[in-house]
Amino acid sequence: MLTAKDLMGTGLKSLDFKQKKVLTETWKANAKYGWDQGIAIGRYLRELKHGKIIGIKCHKCNRTVVPPRIFCEWCFKPMDEWVYLKDTGIVNTFSLCYVTWDMKRLTEPQIPAVIEIDGASPGMGIMHLISEVDPKMVTRGMKVKAVWKPENERIGAITDIKYWKPIK
Amino acid sequence: MGRRVAVVGAGMTKFVRRAQETGKELCWEAAKMALDSCGMTLDQIDCVVLGTAPDTFDGVHMKGEYLSDGAGALGKPYMRCYVGGGTGVFAPIQGWYHLASGHFDTCLVVCEEKMSSYQPHPQGAFLTIFDHTTERPLKPNLLWIFALEMNRYMTTYGFKKEDIARVAVKNKKNALDHPAAQIPEQYTIEDILNSEVLAWPVQRLDVSPVSDGAVAIVMTNENVARRVTDKPVWVEGVGWALDTAYWTNRDLCYPRYVEVAARMAYQMAGITDPAHEIHVAEPYDPFDYKELHHMEGLLLCGKGEAPIITAEGKTERDGELPICPSGGLLGVGNPIAAAGLMKVAEIFWQLRGEAGKRQIARKAKRGLAQAWGDLMQVGTVIVLGI
Repeated sequence: MLTAKDLMGTGLKSLDFKQKKVLTETWKANAKYGWDQGIAIGRYLRELKHGKIIGIKCHKCNRTVVPPRIFCEWCFKPMDEWVYLKDTGIVNTFSLCYVTWDMKRLTEPQIPAVIEIDGASPGMGIMHLISEVDPKMVTRGMKVKAVWKPENERIGAITDIKYWKPIK
Repeated sequence: MGRRVAVVGAGMTKFVRRAQETGKELCWEAAKMALDSCGMTLDQIDCVVLGTAPDTFDGVHMKGEYLSDGAGALGKPYMRCYVGGGTGVFAPIQGWYHLASGHFDTCLVVCEEKMSSYQPHPQGAFLTIFDHTTERPLKPNLLWIFALEMNRYMTTYGFKKEDIARVAVKNKKNALDHPAAQIPEQYTIEDILNSEVLAWPVQRLDVSPVSDGAVAIVMTNENVARRVTDKPVWVEGVGWALDTAYWTNRDLCYPRYVEVAARMAYQMAGITDPAHEIHVAEPYDPFDYKELHHMEGLLLCGKGEAPIITAEGKTERDGELPICPSGGLLGVGNPIAAAGLMKVAEIFWQLRGEAGKRQIARKAKRGLAQAWGDLMQVGTVIVLGI
């Protein structure tokens, strides 16, 4: 039977670093990328710039998806038809997030959600943020509508939608 | 189904928040212990498989090559595999087909992770899993995806946080008996519910820690297994599958990809009633709800039933179907790839009756380990038996 004495592995404590008992080396990565938006997402972003959300339909699978893609991953055939969707939807699921990626604390939570877009097939959601609402009042199944940036500030990005707010 | 393959030895390091050892040193420590445990030496090993998660953690491109000497790969056929969090169970599956093919007789499988190098917090290394155009401009953090999935699961079945928190209490308690454990603790459900809210419904004590550590196992064909041990543990089934990377189009309530992987492994093992034919299981538990999610995907209970059988005590070490008797990622720690292989090692020790204070009460002839990862959409499953 194993005991802790049989095991190697040396745990360090914060104090070990403060007292300079261990040596480390640091290095800052210089990682810059320019990503091509592609055929389907390129069109998606262009439509966002015009204040519209576009999806795409596969006739064989009878499915309208968003974000759009040029091929259907179910039947592996080309998609058939661009479809304009509404800028409303329902909350599939959400979170009230009180930390940033590096674990800094937030007093007011961010509210990320998966939002199923009206006009797309059931279950077809995108990730975005909810605002203009008391965090305690957010529920699954809640109806929401996109709040757009003013037209002259839109650049063809997912952030052209500032956030989504509840509607009746 | 190829030649019969056995696990004959296992070893691991302690799991710690930050190890003084480099990844290479951790690999060697685990590999040496695994070889020693079955009285084998490196010259008896035909090939080596390494599992380790993103190069980003270490800031080392081709990390597999960097770690190779520590994994015992010098002058041998060597492969590194990587499917995110699913890696720790994917690696022994690679070891299995190296041997099942008949091309090799022995294989050393090593899984390592050193998450502590990434500054200021290794969560940053995960941010690039989100789509660079449609998601990253929203500045997501990794907790979002788990919180969204957990909330969908809870709201689908009407579960409360306490139904989920039981898993954290059980696993952290089980880890008190694991000599390698990083954060074993006796908590109450209230302790979990009162811990800091990170991304509701995810709270501090719902989450496994950041860890450094390594685990290794020795796998052989039947002839070698019979020579080196009188207690070989056979690989009876393996399975792995992916769901779509369009994760916001997925059913976040049910891990269908885990079911596909499990069915593949069960078919190979001749299992038709997993809830009764699997006697002990180590599903992947980086978050407490994931253990429940995965029990359902593994068909160990019906959909929406995992919290119920957990509340009934069936998944405790002395229960009918012990789940995560090791203490899991929630208690032992979560050095990504190493955490998955720790689960395989635990099933190996449980089936041989060598788990010491962690030994489950019931008699077990067959057990299962499962891991999960990539963009939260890969399931990897291995069924072991004696």
